[in-house]
Amino acid sequence: MTTAPAVSAARDTVAIRSQNLCRHYRMGETLIRAVDGVSLEVRAGEFVALLGSSGSGKSSVLNLIAGLDRPTSGSVVVQERDLAQLSREELAKYRLHVVGMVFQSFNLIPSMTLQENVELPLRFAEVDRSRRQTLARDALERVGLRARMEHRPSELSGGEQQRAALARALINRPQLLLADEPTGNLDSHTGTEILDMVREFNRELGMTVVMVTHERALAERYAERMIFLADGKLIDDRPNAAAALDLRAEGGES
Amino acid sequence: MKIPDLTELALRNLRESLLRNSLTTIGISVGVASLVAMLSLGTGLQQLFSRRLAKSGLFDTVLVSSRRELRGMGREEERKGPTPGESRILDEPARLEIERLPNVTEAYPDIRFVTELRYEDKPHLTMISALPQSAKSNDAFDGMQGTFFSSDNEAAVILQKSFAEELLGKTPPLGAAEPSVAELAKPLLGKELTMRYAQRQAAPATQTPLANEPAPSDGSVTSAAYSVVSREQKLRIVGISDLDPESMRGPTRAKVFLPLKLAESLHVMLPTDLREISRAASDQPVYSSISVRVKNPAQVEGVEDAIKKMGFTTFSILDASNSLRQVFRVLYAFLGIFGSLALTVASIGIVNTLVMAILERRREIGIMKAIGASDADVKKLFFAEAGAMGILGGIVGVVLGWAIGQIINLGINIYLKSQSVPPEHFWAVPLWLVVFSIIFAFLVSLVSGLYPASRAAKLDPVQALRYE
Repeated sequence: MTTAPAVSAARDTVAIRSQNLCRHYRMGETLIRAVDGVSLEVRAGEFVALLGSSGSGKSSVLNLIAGLDRPTSGSVVVQERDLAQLSREELAKYRLHVVGMVFQSFNLIPSMTLQENVELPLRFAEVDRSRRQTLARDALERVGLRARMEHRPSELSGGEQQRAALARALINRPQLLLADEPTGNLDSHTGTEILDMVREFNRELGMTVVMVTHERALAERYAERMIFLADGKLIDDRPNAAAALDLRAEGGES
Repeated sequence: MKIPDLTELALRNLRESLLRNSLTTIGISVGVASLVAMLSLGTGLQQLFSRRLAKSGLFDTVLVSSRRELRGMGREEERKGPTPGESRILDEPARLEIERLPNVTEAYPDIRFVTELRYEDKPHLTMISALPQSAKSNDAFDGMQGTFFSSDNEAAVILQKSFAEELLGKTPPLGAAEPSVAELAKPLLGKELTMRYAQRQAAPATQTPLANEPAPSDGSVTSAAYSVVSREQKLRIVGISDLDPESMRGPTRAKVFLPLKLAESLHVMLPTDLREISRAASDQPVYSSISVRVKNPAQVEGVEDAIKKMGFTTFSILDASNSLRQVFRVLYAFLGIFGSLALTVASIGIVNTLVMAILERRREIGIMKAIGASDADVKKLFFAEAGAMGILGGIVGVVLGWAIGQIINLGINIYLKSQSVPPEHFWAVPLWLVVFSIIFAFLVSLVSGLYPASRAAKLDPVQALRYE
C-alpha cells in the first residue's frame, strides 16, 4: 500500500477477500439484510478495524470470516479457502487451526480452570497431554497469567479473563485473530492493555488481526486501516494515517 | 477428540451438576437392579430345579417295559412294530443286553409287589420296591434319618415317612401339622419287621427251600411249571426317608424299599408272572419293567432309541424336561420385560437430563464450536456423558440387585429354617448377567443420548453465543 511503505513483501499477499458478501435473515415476514454486498480485502499481517454502530453488520461480517456462519450469497476466501465451499467438518478444522477468536464477554468456560480453558482447543486438535500442558503454560506465561492458571475464570478480573481468552485464541498458532469488541466489557485502561498485547502479537507473530469495535478512538490508536459499515453495507475503507505513522516511527527506532 | 479426553470432560461435566446427574444415575441403577433381581431370580429358580431334578435321578433314567405290558395306550409307536404277542419278553438276557449298550451305567429290574408287613404283630399291606446301591445319591434320601443299606443284600428296609406314620398309628388328620421324621425315626430305627410274601418256586417243589436260597438255574428250561409258597423274611429298619423317592410313579409308588440283590434272591411272585403264566417258557423271571441309568441326561435320547430298536417300550422324563425348559424361557422373558420396564423409565430420565444440559450449556457448546470443536466432538461429548451415566448406573445397579437378591434369599431361608426345610439358593447372579446388565445399561444410555447429542451437535454457534 502506498501509504504504508514499511510493509514487508509478505504483507502483499491477501489473507481475506470477500466479494459481494451477503447474509440475510428472515424474521417473520421481514427480511433482514445483516450483511449486504460487502467486498473487502485484508492483507496478511494487517491490523484492520471494522467500525459501525450496533446493527451495522460488523459482527456478522466477522462471524462469516470466522466460519461460524455461512453467507447467503457472495464469497469469502480466507488463506485461499473458499469458506462457502467447506463442509461443516472442514469449517470446524478451519476454526481450530486458522482462526483465533476473542469476544466481548470473554467466553471462557466457567467450570474449567484457566489452564484447562487454554488447553481446550488442543484437545480438539488431539495434541498429546504432556505437550498440551507445556503449550498452555507457555501461552499463559506470555499473557502474564502463569501464576493464576489453576484459578477459575470467576476468580479473575475482566482484564485477566480477556488475557486468558487471548492465550486460548493463540494456542493453536492461528494466522488470523478475530476480535469482537474485545474491550467492550473493560475499563479504558485495561482495554488499552489488552490491545497493546494484540498489537504485539500482530507485529511479532505477523498475525492478521480483524477487530470489530464501535469506539473510533481505539480503532485510530491501533488499526492500520478502518472499514466503516452501516446497514450491512461498506461505506468507507481508509488507511489510518496516525497508526501508519506510529508504525513507521517504531520501525525507525528498531 | 480422543477417548481419554472425552471421558475426562464427560466426567467433569457430570460433576458440575452433581445432584441432577446423580439422580439420573440412581434412576438407571434402580432400573438395572430390577432387571438383575428379576433375571437372577429366574436363573436361581432354574438352577434350583435343575439341581433337584438331576439329583432325583429322573433325567438320567429310562424306564423300559415290554410291549406286552403297555398296550392300547393309544401311542403311535405302540401300534407300529410287532404285535404285543410277538414282541420280546423283558427277561434277564434282555436286561444284560441293555446293560451292555454304550453310555448305560446300570440296568436293574423293577421289583415291585404288594405284600404284608407285620410290625408288633399288626399286619400292614403296602407296595414294596427294590433299590440299587446307586439310589443312595438320590436327593430323596438327603433328609433321611438312619442310614442307607450298607450292602446290596442286607436284610434291611427303608421306610417312607408316611408308612412310618402308619406303623406308629400317627397318621395326622388332614391339615394338622405333620410329625417330623426324627420324631418318627426314634421308636422305629433298628426295629424288625416281618415280611410275608409269595415265593415262586421251580417245580417239582419236593424239598422246602430256605428263604434267600438262589433259584435253581440248572438249565431245565423245558419245565415251565412252578409252584408258589408262602414265606416270611425278617427285615431291620435302617432308615426313614422324608421325601418320596418315587413321586414320579404315581399310584404304583412304593412306601417301603428293599436292597435290590436281597429282593432278587427272594423270588417273590410278581404280578407279571401271572400274566405270563400261559406263555412262560421257563421259570426264569420276567420283569415288568427295567430302570436304565444313563451316564448323563444328554445321552438319554440315544439310549432310548437303541432300546426301542430292541423291541421294547421306553419312557423317560426328557419330554417333560423339554417343556419345563420352555416354561423357564417364558418365565425368563416375562421377568426380563418387567425388569426392563424400570430401565426404560430410567432412559427417559437420561434424555431429560441431557436435554436440560443442552439448554444450560448452550453457551458452552457455542464456545467450543467457536474455538474449533466439530459437530462430531460435541456429539461424542454428549454420548460420553450418557454412556458414563449408563456404566456407573449399571455397576451400582448390579450391586444393588445382588444385594436385594441376597436379602430376599436370606429372608426366605429364615422362613425355610423355621419350617425345618434345608436352605436353598433361589438367587443366582451369574457373571454373564453382571456383564450383560452393565453393557445393556450402557447401550440403553447411548440410545437415550442419541437425540440430545445430535441436537447439541446441530446447535448454531452464532445463535448460542449471541445471548448472555
